[in-house]
Amino acid sequence: MNAADTIMIFLILTNLSLLASSRFNACIKIVALQGVIVGLLPLIAANGPLTIYSYLLALLIVTVKGILFPYLLKHTLRSVNVRREIEPFIGYGASIIIGVLALIVSFWLTTHIPFHDKILSTTAPAVAFFTIFCGLFIIVSRVQALTQVMGYIVFENGIYIFGSALLIEQSFLVELGIILDVFVVVFIMGITMFHISRAFDHIDTDRLREK
Amino acid sequence: MILALLILIPAAGGLAGFFVTRVFLRRALLLAVAATHIALTGFCWIYRPGSILFGWLALDSVGLLFMTVSSALFLAASIYAIGYLKKEPKEQQDADEGFFFTNTPENIFIACLQIFLSAMTLVCLSRHFGMLWVAIEATTLASAPLIYFHRHHRSLEATWKYVLICSVGIGLALLGTLMLTVSASAIKNNLMLSQLLDNSGLINSPWLKAAFVLFITGYGTKMGLAPLHTWLPAAHSESPSLVSALLSGALLNCSFLGILRLHQVFVFAGQSDFSGNLLIFFGLFSMAVAAFFIVAQKDFKRMLAYSSVEHMGILSLGTGLGGTAIFASMYHLINHSLTKGMLFLAAGNIIACYKTRTSSDVKGILKRIPATGVLWTAGLFAIAGFPPFGLFVSEFTIFKTAFDQGYYFISAIYLALLTIIFAGMSHIMLNMSQGDSGAGREKESALAVIPPAVLGAATLILGLYIPDFLLNLLNEISAIFGAL
Repeated sequence: MNAADTIMIFLILTNLSLLASSRFNACIKIVALQGVIVGLLPLIAANGPLTIYSYLLALLIVTVKGILFPYLLKHTLRSVNVRREIEPFIGYGASIIIGVLALIVSFWLTTHIPFHDKILSTTAPAVAFFTIFCGLFIIVSRVQALTQVMGYIVFENGIYIFGSALLIEQSFLVELGIILDVFVVVFIMGITMFHISRAFDHIDTDRLREK
Repeated sequence: MILALLILIPAAGGLAGFFVTRVFLRRALLLAVAATHIALTGFCWIYRPGSILFGWLALDSVGLLFMTVSSALFLAASIYAIGYLKKEPKEQQDADEGFFFTNTPENIFIACLQIFLSAMTLVCLSRHFGMLWVAIEATTLASAPLIYFHRHHRSLEATWKYVLICSVGIGLALLGTLMLTVSASAIKNNLMLSQLLDNSGLINSPWLKAAFVLFITGYGTKMGLAPLHTWLPAAHSESPSLVSALLSGALLNCSFLGILRLHQVFVFAGQSDFSGNLLIFFGLFSMAVAAFFIVAQKDFKRMLAYSSVEHMGILSLGTGLGGTAIFASMYHLINHSLTKGMLFLAAGNIIACYKTRTSSDVKGILKRIPATGVLWTAGLFAIAGFPPFGLFVSEFTIFKTAFDQGYYFISAIYLALLTIIFAGMSHIMLNMSQGDSGAGREKESALAVIPPAVLGAATLILGLYIPDFLLNLLNEISAIFGAL
């Protein structure tokens, strides 16, 4: 097993443990860990010599996903008076089972897609799809705004893994724009959450209609 | 140079807007930026500037059309904004639920409006799919604070939905963009539109199709195509009316541009059947969903929002049909933006006077605020596609194209849905204009009436005659998409 496959297994584990955790603190740590792994992925994936841009980009992504996002999320967590996800639409046991099924489907799916020879590892596209699925699943199955933001981050990580898996080289400017946009999305979501918690005393998106 | 100015002037104005403390200066800045932007856009009609930034940003005929529409609507909205911000109190009571709320500070509002314009301009000028994605996401981010202008729980819910649903949607479009890269791995610089169009024979078809499916669901979410339009009614009804006008008339078009650019690649690759059929399907489905929700809609701003879903459906349908319908679609886009801008601004006047968005509580607009009443009633006929308004020309042409191409079933459904929507809207809107509100006639400010009136007059003129310069541009666009 090569380095890339080992990392893929780590990514699968972070996704599954995220599906099983209800405490925000634990979730934030897992999302941060996943962000760091995702940020380092292109460095491991590169066959040829690494350019200064790839180092810069890796540094930027690790900073944003491994430091800034957790900081923002923790900051929001302090301003809201909830510590854990309360009564998600789909329970944690069921979430894990659905996650495992999704993992199987992702692997099955990727065996039917004609990929080029140029690919990071055979498991990588499957893990990318699985991560995207987990992100989307967290967004729709959890009630608290904070968990939904983490779902969005995981979803975005999945897309990023897909890009790295197929060794897609974007131009530096576009990568920069993408990471900036994603950062601002999370930032705006954080501000909105702050207002939600002030207006409602909770961040339960299912109860935003009541006042 | 001009292209850079078109993007940088509103961006700089926006950044300055955060820090200008004098109220007068701030509003003057907004007007100055809007006027400069439309003047530069007008100049682009006379002299088409060359590309900048290694060809990533360039102005083609499609971009010019979309930018002109956004710019014109922005000018109307900014003039309206001056009167609106003057009247808007610091703290006010909610009409429906009775609680008190404050507004977002005016400097943030004005700054975000200008950054929003800058982002939309960037969308129109992008010739690179990665850049296009960055720009479309930026429009979401700049407009989110605008929706949360009235700080209360309903607008908060709307903003949350908007940011979350649109960001996820646009995330899917990013996945689509990556798949586009995979499909075109044989091409150098494979996210450049011009490269894709020149080498369309080298594109791998299954990956390209996957990319289009993700584009139409992703950008379609933001464009308001059903079934992912769910953010749209809430955002349009909770935001201030001038913002709703911009969302509906400019923002939705910009996301449509994302889909349109990839459709162009399909046309060049000779596979427009695939993308066209998807566009037709989503178009008709959106119209059906809109028809379902418009009938018996209680909130008149929500009704207008669903009407936007309907018209985005028509745009999508027309583009999917191809041929003369491309011309009609682009014409439809102009007229829809003008008409919807007029209706939302008029709706803003109605809300300012009646303090409610519930249509059954509004009676006798024609007697109480006659100028707005006339605009509202004329707007109904304009949006429903009655002659002599511009939407009649485009809706009829799309119908005729569908019929001529042998899509009898589709054209029948199309006509039926248009009829249902007209019946639903006319019932709501005519009941609002007629009758007696029990209150006397009220004075209307010129700033609140002239912008929607000018938009309405423009669509009326476009219904009677198409100026040559516009005709040439639309023919140019039709030629790009393989018609004529």
